[in-house]
Amino acid sequence: MFPAAFDYIAPGALDEVLSLLSQHGDDAKVLAGGQSLIPLLKLRFAAPVIVVDIGRVDGLEGVRRENGHVRIGARTRHRDVESASDLRGTLDVLLDAAPLISDPLIRNMGTVGGSVCHADPAGDWGAVMLAVGAEFVVKSAGGERVLPAAGFFEGPFTTGLHSDEVMTEIRIPVGAGRSGGTYLKLERKVGDFASVAAAVHVVLGGDGRIATAGIGLCAVGAHSIKATAAEAVLAGQEPTDAVIAEAARLAGEAAEPKADIRGSAEYKRDVARVFVQRGLHTAINRAQGAAA
Amino acid sequence: MAVDTTEAAAASEAARQAMGGIGVSLARKEDARFIHGQGHYVDDVVLPGMLHMVIVRSPHAHARIKGIHSSAAMAIPGVVAVVTGELLAQHKLAWMPTLSGDTQAVLATDKVRFQGQEVACVIAETKYIAEDAAQLVTVDYEPLQAITTPQQAIAPGAIVIRDEKEGQTDNKIYHWEAGDKDATDAAFARAAKVVSLETFYPRCHPSPLETCGCVADLDPVTGNATIYMTSQAPHAHRTLFAIVAGLPEEKIRIISPDLGGGFGNKVPIYPGYVVATAASLLIGRPVKWIEDRTDNLISTGFARDYYMDGSVAIDENGKFIGLRVNLLSDNGAFFADAQPSKFKAGLFHIVTGSYDIPAAHIVANGAYTNKAPGGVAYRCSFRVTEASYFIERLVESAAVELGQDPVTTRLNNFIQPEAFPYKSASGFEYDSGNYPGAMKVALDMLGYDELRKEQAEKRAKGELMGIGVASFTEVVGAGKGKDYDIAGLRMFDSAELRVHPTGKAILKLGVKSQGQGHETTFAQIVAEELGIPASDVEVREGDTDNTPFGLGTYASRSTPVGGAATAVVARKLRDKGKIIAAHLFEADVADIEFAKGKYNVKGSPDNVKTIQDIAFAAYTNIPDGIEPGLEGVTYYDPPNMTFPFGTYLVVVDIDKGTGQVKVRRMVAVDDCGVRINPMIVEGQIHGGLTEGFGIAFMELITFDDEGNCIGSNFMDYLIPTAWETPRFELGETVTPSPHHPIGAKGVGESATVGSPAAYVNAVIDALSHLGITNIDMPITSDKVWAALRSKGVTE
Repeated sequence: MFPAAFDYIAPGALDEVLSLLSQHGDDAKVLAGGQSLIPLLKLRFAAPVIVVDIGRVDGLEGVRRENGHVRIGARTRHRDVESASDLRGTLDVLLDAAPLISDPLIRNMGTVGGSVCHADPAGDWGAVMLAVGAEFVVKSAGGERVLPAAGFFEGPFTTGLHSDEVMTEIRIPVGAGRSGGTYLKLERKVGDFASVAAAVHVVLGGDGRIATAGIGLCAVGAHSIKATAAEAVLAGQEPTDAVIAEAARLAGEAAEPKADIRGSAEYKRDVARVFVQRGLHTAINRAQGAAA
Repeated sequence: MAVDTTEAAAASEAARQAMGGIGVSLARKEDARFIHGQGHYVDDVVLPGMLHMVIVRSPHAHARIKGIHSSAAMAIPGVVAVVTGELLAQHKLAWMPTLSGDTQAVLATDKVRFQGQEVACVIAETKYIAEDAAQLVTVDYEPLQAITTPQQAIAPGAIVIRDEKEGQTDNKIYHWEAGDKDATDAAFARAAKVVSLETFYPRCHPSPLETCGCVADLDPVTGNATIYMTSQAPHAHRTLFAIVAGLPEEKIRIISPDLGGGFGNKVPIYPGYVVATAASLLIGRPVKWIEDRTDNLISTGFARDYYMDGSVAIDENGKFIGLRVNLLSDNGAFFADAQPSKFKAGLFHIVTGSYDIPAAHIVANGAYTNKAPGGVAYRCSFRVTEASYFIERLVESAAVELGQDPVTTRLNNFIQPEAFPYKSASGFEYDSGNYPGAMKVALDMLGYDELRKEQAEKRAKGELMGIGVASFTEVVGAGKGKDYDIAGLRMFDSAELRVHPTGKAILKLGVKSQGQGHETTFAQIVAEELGIPASDVEVREGDTDNTPFGLGTYASRSTPVGGAATAVVARKLRDKGKIIAAHLFEADVADIEFAKGKYNVKGSPDNVKTIQDIAFAAYTNIPDGIEPGLEGVTYYDPPNMTFPFGTYLVVVDIDKGTGQVKVRRMVAVDDCGVRINPMIVEGQIHGGLTEGFGIAFMELITFDDEGNCIGSNFMDYLIPTAWETPRFELGETVTPSPHHPIGAKGVGESATVGSPAAYVNAVIDALSHLGITNIDMPITSDKVWAALRSKGVTE
């Protein structure tokens, strides 16, 4: 690896990180797990003046339940989500998505918050966060903001995060009701980014109808996409094949794919439809089997 | 009694294992250092005062060079030189000859002709400094239209890529024909049915884990040039260096240390080697150049890029009576295929394959494009892979058109076992084979009939399952030298064997392992022939000062040629041993017998002298008139090539919704003649089946309309991991080569050659009832989806 020269600092406290970010602004890059930043440095696609490593800051890791939320420290490794088996039945989609992220080496190093903030349109966590209605806690020297996932992803590698901010936590609301979810991903080989992926999360009401449905799409647009029309058509409905098919069709329409080496726009749109259809069936079956 | 027999058998087996001769799956001698991370590769070479070189490459596929500015780079402390084509031209080194008799720019002077072409080289005290400085070398380009397909290249009025070549007025490279046109036309005229196929074998890349590189060390005092180099053919490269650089050949020493794979990628001479050598000469210090992954993928020898269309003529009994094939080859900006000089399309004329086709005609044309040069035989014996793919795909099409099971079509048309040696319509003499035999073993292993039933049931339910068949025949082991040469060097190979007084031996070879296990396999040949345990035989390769001249390792030629040389030289020593034994026994030479490392006088089998006794006597008690020592060298020019074959069967399931193909089963029955080390043979087959899987389903070097290479790193150029690679089920038959001293045929490439068609045929078999007849590789899920949707199939 022969990157352009850069300064490197690894502060031990969050305050110091925030102070450095406010001082250097766009010249600084935050290093968490490094699984995206290091390749960019290696290829000299990124040439920051200073790299701020947050690896020594305490309190940024872990998955826990608190006050009706699942709270995930931003620097939690993909692997730690993969092994958080007590999320089964509550947030199936996280447990299904985590093992599909790249390969074990990358999952051991890469972080959830790092991936969300990197905002690769083909990154897996963006679609998942949209499906489960996550909120992101971000901090700067000036204070704290809580940003909903919906609206956070603005474009390729572009988010609502300011250059002086660092994400500290992801909060996912988990309410009453039986829930189920899943994540389906088309990849060309293990370790590949998604060609198309879909995250589905469904909560059933006491009457067996769909209370809420969350659908996030990956790699079919300039950023992760929340399929809101498909979500809306499901809300309050009996989970019939016809309703599911209609939602899947709408999700396909919500996709804005571009043709590339992985396939035509029509192909990706159709796979998004197929995945949402399959995903909804799985999610609903799981929710119906889950204890209230 | 039974116990005694068992004990005797066990003792005999233990002795066999201890000797490690032919047929023993000896653990690879070289693996201990490899798996402990103690191999010694070119990049491990560190010399005092060594400088580092980085290549500045063209961002354009086709552009005129208006100026190169290196002053900003030179201003960085630690930069020693920036080498340009202009500087090389002063030393007549701006262009070099290719293996196919063309010329290639070492560093571009007039134009760049592909993206990634070498334009300048920065030489600095450290690699970091060289990388930083390379970014500061600026080049003024005037972009020209890029040509990215051979069809564009040969279209009238196309911009001429090689305008520097005298007399070159278009982008055509060669026109070559093989076979008999008139006989083939006659066959087609009387055919009851003609089945055609048009297909494209896309550009892929050998992608060895270790990229290419060198350390050039020209000693200003002695004038000796020592070049550590990633070379599959160090002796041939030394001769070419002598010719290209005008260095005296006796002063050049090429050392090819441990290689991390080659697969044909390390056969050509690349500009980096030449510039590093020239720079070391001019600066007087060693210069190291090591490619990064992108350098390797965008500029070094690619493979395939062959457009193939053709037809088979079939008579009223379903017999093939004629074959026509037309080829259009994309050779990139310089014709740098690695292949025997006389054959412009390599050994493609093996395209009649395993079938008795009395007439064949092949027409091949090559074209220049604005893409990287190469056309190396990626784990392939010079375009045999393309040929095997084409005929096995065409036979699949014929079976569909005839309404036959593809196994039936093959059995009806195989060359029969009693027909060997068999003269093919395109000019080969096949040494031996039993194609129905290998087919039968494969069908039984798979449980073919049951799977056909399952397929019919699934099809009735609208599910997609396919069974692919391929019965390949390869031609490997070039030459004979009279017919096969590279740049004039005849394709023989060599072995030098010395048995020391203590009975331990050193075997030196002209071939060069890149991971194939030569240190083990060739020691086993010596063990078999001389009775010296394989563990006592040290194999040396890759250093031109210390090994006999040979053409190197590619085209599955090490065992057919170098292995034959080893057996022959061992037999020479064995015969000399008889003379020494006769002296020790005070008997007549004609009365000496030899078996398994022991000499005795006829009629006295219990009074023996071991080969170790004989070796000691060779240095201590030699008869009068006989030269001391037990040493020999053999240059082996094979009388013919060898023709490995086999049947591969693949079962796939296809997801209608996404187009994804899942390989459920892969049965591979190989016949490579006698297997020296069965475990190594199986390892070679596993590797080849994996590469074939990658080529069939994911590997692709492609370009956009501007000639930008898509596939320049391992995120875009996909090679399979263990995760997606299917489980392989291996079987074997053994049909020895009649002309090879130990009956071996070579196996390095069979699986890469034979398997792509099996994978693709399985996909087509799943879809042919829908009217889908071809999908070109790599068979990605989007292509399958598009084919399904075009027939109205959806989820």
